[in-house]
Amino acid sequence: MRAVLRWLRRHLVVLAGLATLGYLLLPNLVVLVFSFNKPNGRFNYAWQRFSTDAWTDPCGVADLCGSLGLSLRIAVWSTLGATVLGTMIAFALARYRFRARPAVNTLIFLPMAMPEVVMAASLATLFLNMGIRFGFWTILIAHVMFCLSFVVTAVKARVMSMDPRLEQAAQDLYASPAQTFLRVTLPIAAPGIAAGALLSFALSFDDFIITNFNAGSTVTFPMFVWGSAQRGTPVQINVIGTAMFLIAVLCVLGAQLLSGRRKRS
Amino acid sequence: MTTTTEAPPPAAPEDAPEVRGRATRKRLVPYWLLLPGILWLVVFFAAPLVYQASTSVQTGSLEEGFEVTWHFATYWDALGEYWPQFLRSVGYAATATVLCLVLGYPLAYLIAFKAGRWRNVVMILVIAPFFTSFLIRTLAWKTILADGGPVVGVLNSLHVLDVTSWLGLTEGQRLLATPLAVVCGLTYNFLPFMVLPLYTSLERIDPRLHEAAGDLYARPATTFRRVTFPLSMPGVVAGTLLTFIPAAGDYINAELLGSTDQKMIGNVIQSQFLRVLDYPTAAALSFILMAAILAMVTLYIRKSGTEDLV
Repeated sequence: MRAVLRWLRRHLVVLAGLATLGYLLLPNLVVLVFSFNKPNGRFNYAWQRFSTDAWTDPCGVADLCGSLGLSLRIAVWSTLGATVLGTMIAFALARYRFRARPAVNTLIFLPMAMPEVVMAASLATLFLNMGIRFGFWTILIAHVMFCLSFVVTAVKARVMSMDPRLEQAAQDLYASPAQTFLRVTLPIAAPGIAAGALLSFALSFDDFIITNFNAGSTVTFPMFVWGSAQRGTPVQINVIGTAMFLIAVLCVLGAQLLSGRRKRS
Repeated sequence: MTTTTEAPPPAAPEDAPEVRGRATRKRLVPYWLLLPGILWLVVFFAAPLVYQASTSVQTGSLEEGFEVTWHFATYWDALGEYWPQFLRSVGYAATATVLCLVLGYPLAYLIAFKAGRWRNVVMILVIAPFFTSFLIRTLAWKTILADGGPVVGVLNSLHVLDVTSWLGLTEGQRLLATPLAVVCGLTYNFLPFMVLPLYTSLERIDPRLHEAAGDLYARPATTFRRVTFPLSMPGVVAGTLLTFIPAAGDYINAELLGSTDQKMIGNVIQSQFLRVLDYPTAAALSFILMAAILAMVTLYIRKSGTEDLV
């Protein structure tokens, strides 16, 4: 008994950490298990019996895969937009000293420090009053807006930590400014840009609050899930949730293996 | 601050005018880089906020249109009617933030110091849920906390629910549609936002400091209290802000896991804007929420003394 207690005390931090990890992953497990459920009625909240129906027919629910496609399309475009605009801002902030710097820094910080519902309502007020129709474009505009700051932060951190002498060396070796940028600066900044892009893709794909205010009658995947919480949740939602989790894990694992191999060679 | 660049000026040129032209062009480079992105933020982030400020002092109706009448009473009416939801938002968000810190610290510590070669695996498991729809995961809590489910059953047989009901955290023999369920959902949803900054600041701590503390006969608890925790303060501050701010404005957890008795201010703004279509009230509520959060955050940053964080 004493030995057990001593062991517990010694590994208290590890055990508590693992418990938190369990708390973090419990819903993912539930989503996985309930993707094999055959529910009785409209909601998939209670276990009935095992079935693989939803996995063999993931698009079997009206509008589900359509909303998924729309969300993917919006995520791709807003990632592209936010990454290009954000990288430009990050380079300006990391490389140059200019008068408007503090103001720009504040403008970048504010969207990250503002409750989403405030941003969502104010942007929607603007669209309403300008008579702009809600839909694909208003969602895209909103997503680029809130993803921008995250890209800037990720890229800026990377560019700030890079050695400026590398670029000077390239110039000493008669590289033109364009060559220096493409062959030296961009490859070094690439992991930061990739991180920013990945983050904005995830944020855009998953956003509900801002989209809910600025979508009108357009239905993205998170909005489909939200609606289904009221009307009835098809099992296919769990299938897609599980698939997303697995794809994410595989992508991250793949990236790790790739970077590990590169480091070794 | 001057407008020169950090990079050294180009090497000795022969003809002056061209150099001056190039210098001017170079000075303008950061502005050209900033222009599109900043324009986007000004038009779609800053301007709407200003616009919303004006909306909050408008009166009128959807049919006849709204007009600026400097009707500040909207603010008082909104505060008078919805102060319980405001207090509840702050209370739930603060509780969730404290829980996130208590739960997240051991996990961040585990990744930073104890995981060894498992570090990347644990890290992936923390980040991966980010890429699964959080709405699906929040709905999963409905299954976990369901009436008659295993969690309720166990807590009930341990008489935990009797205690929490007595404390006003739950009602009767159920977890769903109680404050506890909403706080549980908030804690769960924002936990990664606490773990990641904590991990970043813990990872920077030189492990030799721990050894030094041990060599000086500090017990593990003392080492933690006097060395590790103070050095992780930037992570604690960043994590609490990243958890508290979105949690205070959230309405998803209160909607999916709570009932009408757990409505937070986000729920009110959402229904005023999207259902009641009372834009001035929605705008005034947003502004009060924003001002309250800004005030609390400023005070908190000042108190915790890490102003360089922002």
